[in-house]
Amino acid sequence: MGIELQNINKTFGDYKAIDNLSLNIPSGDLIALLGPSGCGKTTLLRIIAGLELADSGKIILENKDTTNLPPREKNVGFVFQHYALFRRLTVFENVAFGLKVLPFKERPARKEIRERVEHLLTLVQMDWALDRFPSQLSGGQRQRVALARALAVNPRVLLLDEPFSALDAKVRQELRRWLRKLHDEIHVTSIFVTHDQEEALELADKIVVINKGRIEQQGTPQEVYDHPANAFVYNFLGNVNVFHGRIHNGKVSLGAHTVDAPDDLKNVEEKTSQTFVRPHEIGISRIRSNNNDLEGTIREVRLQGGQIGLNIECQGIECPIEAEVPRELFNNLQLAKGVQVFVAINRVRVFTGDYEI
Amino acid sequence: MPEPEISQDHPPVVKKRISDPRSIQILLIGLTYLFFIGFIFLPLGLVFSQAFGKGWSFYLEAIREPYAIEAVKLTLLTVAIVVPVNAVFGVTAAWAITKFNFRGKSTLKSLLDLPFAVSPVIAGLIFVLLVGSRTPFGSWLGEHGIKIIFSTPGIIIATIFVTFPFIARELIPLMEAQGRDEEEAALTLGAKGWQIFSKITLPNIRWGLLYGMILCGARSIGEFGAVSVVSGHIRGQTNTIPLHVEILYSEYNFTASFAVASLLVFLALLTVVIKSGMEKHFQKNSFHL
Repeated sequence: MGIELQNINKTFGDYKAIDNLSLNIPSGDLIALLGPSGCGKTTLLRIIAGLELADSGKIILENKDTTNLPPREKNVGFVFQHYALFRRLTVFENVAFGLKVLPFKERPARKEIRERVEHLLTLVQMDWALDRFPSQLSGGQRQRVALARALAVNPRVLLLDEPFSALDAKVRQELRRWLRKLHDEIHVTSIFVTHDQEEALELADKIVVINKGRIEQQGTPQEVYDHPANAFVYNFLGNVNVFHGRIHNGKVSLGAHTVDAPDDLKNVEEKTSQTFVRPHEIGISRIRSNNNDLEGTIREVRLQGGQIGLNIECQGIECPIEAEVPRELFNNLQLAKGVQVFVAINRVRVFTGDYEI
Repeated sequence: MPEPEISQDHPPVVKKRISDPRSIQILLIGLTYLFFIGFIFLPLGLVFSQAFGKGWSFYLEAIREPYAIEAVKLTLLTVAIVVPVNAVFGVTAAWAITKFNFRGKSTLKSLLDLPFAVSPVIAGLIFVLLVGSRTPFGSWLGEHGIKIIFSTPGIIIATIFVTFPFIARELIPLMEAQGRDEEEAALTLGAKGWQIFSKITLPNIRWGLLYGMILCGARSIGEFGAVSVVSGHIRGQTNTIPLHVEILYSEYNFTASFAVASLLVFLALLTVVIKSGMEKHFQKNSFHL
């Protein structure tokens, strides 16, 4: 195992930041800790790094129990949200720092340090900036230097705390792909924290969804996205329409409208339910294709890059429905504000019980 | 992109008045100058004209007189001890206040201003009451041959009290703005406490520290009230420059008094020059802050 966390607890005053959390991560994986802000994901990362102390629990990194080691002996690489480069040191000195503070006996020779630093800076494509100061670099460049600095000490694990959130959208996407490629080359067990589901889905081998200090679900991006374990995960992993209603004899009510309940809930006689539908899984047409279609009027049209977002008011349903259609379909159907459409709700996800989002 | 075409049809937009009327500007600038002349240039000029009133030789004699030299020595000794002590204290306090969370932190932070708020005379009296020869602690010290009030240690302690906020106050906002990310990064990279301090923290605050030390030094040289209470005014032993000036003045020895006072003015001017030089450096390197 790369990282084993056993029954971690952490409270700040009355606030329970981490609630008896256990997690196993195989060596060499790239894991996303995904959750809303304040869910404890950054705290968990800082506990692994030793920057915070857990109230109880055990932390095992690459088969070594590091629970009670001071942070400088844990040998983790930590990449901070705001880079935290040493402002008075050059790029070279920043990356060399972890090697230069080693005790004399373990410290590599000057020439070895130089080679290693240059190698790492080449790896992150920053070898041209050896003598620059952090203030002379852009955000994306600084974060790459920070990554090289963290890797310089040959860390057991690499921890990244919202590494891309301070960057603008374009750079963020580039750096994301680049990090994935880099990880495929160096294979150090890595955890990155993010509140951006897109980032997690795109980058991670495995996603761990966290809420209120507990794990809601873990799995590959595919598993988590297609088979969300509960309403929270479903809701957190993308835009969603929520219908509050009841299950009654195998039928789910969405306002005045009903659809068939999913197989596992066919036998439920009577229960409150929440039905979730992703906007891009809603069918839109100009002609009625079957009796189950809802009738509605487009109230709002939003341009979202390749997709068009529609806000549709449907008869018999209180809240307007959010739908997304490809631009091509939008043009073919000649959709516009005020146009009458038929809405097909085919793929629903139903969760029973009262769940508050 | 093609140059935007400039239309000739419309007259240029009338410049709106964005600054105050000229007359008000002149009035305000004039008042400022008047104030500076009345309260800075004129007094400074008078100090020097009085100091040199009886010629160079008298001036040199006044500042080379043994008591004057002893006063200068004592003042320099005080500064040489007070500034390093307060530098250590200031860095420690600023470090504790900005990097740790502990009980009573905000109270400590506001109490830091106390020496500025309280009259220096009271600061002096506090130490007389604390370690004067009539107090139990003071007499205990006296029995062991340690004299604090009416001697050099008292002067140094009183000066430390009066000047200790300078450095901490300079550093706290600086260190708060810098946060603790860099120290944490150094920690995860395996640095030990003193390595973090010497390689990361100290370089980050060095200009602020130096700046605070200069202010602290300037104030130590000129401190009168607190020192006056604890010193006992023993010529050649417990007289600092400001006290010596006062004694000469009360003996109607005006020229000598102003001559020694001019030394203080020189030191003050030197401080101002160093300070403004550092401010320029600050601005030039502000991207490092």
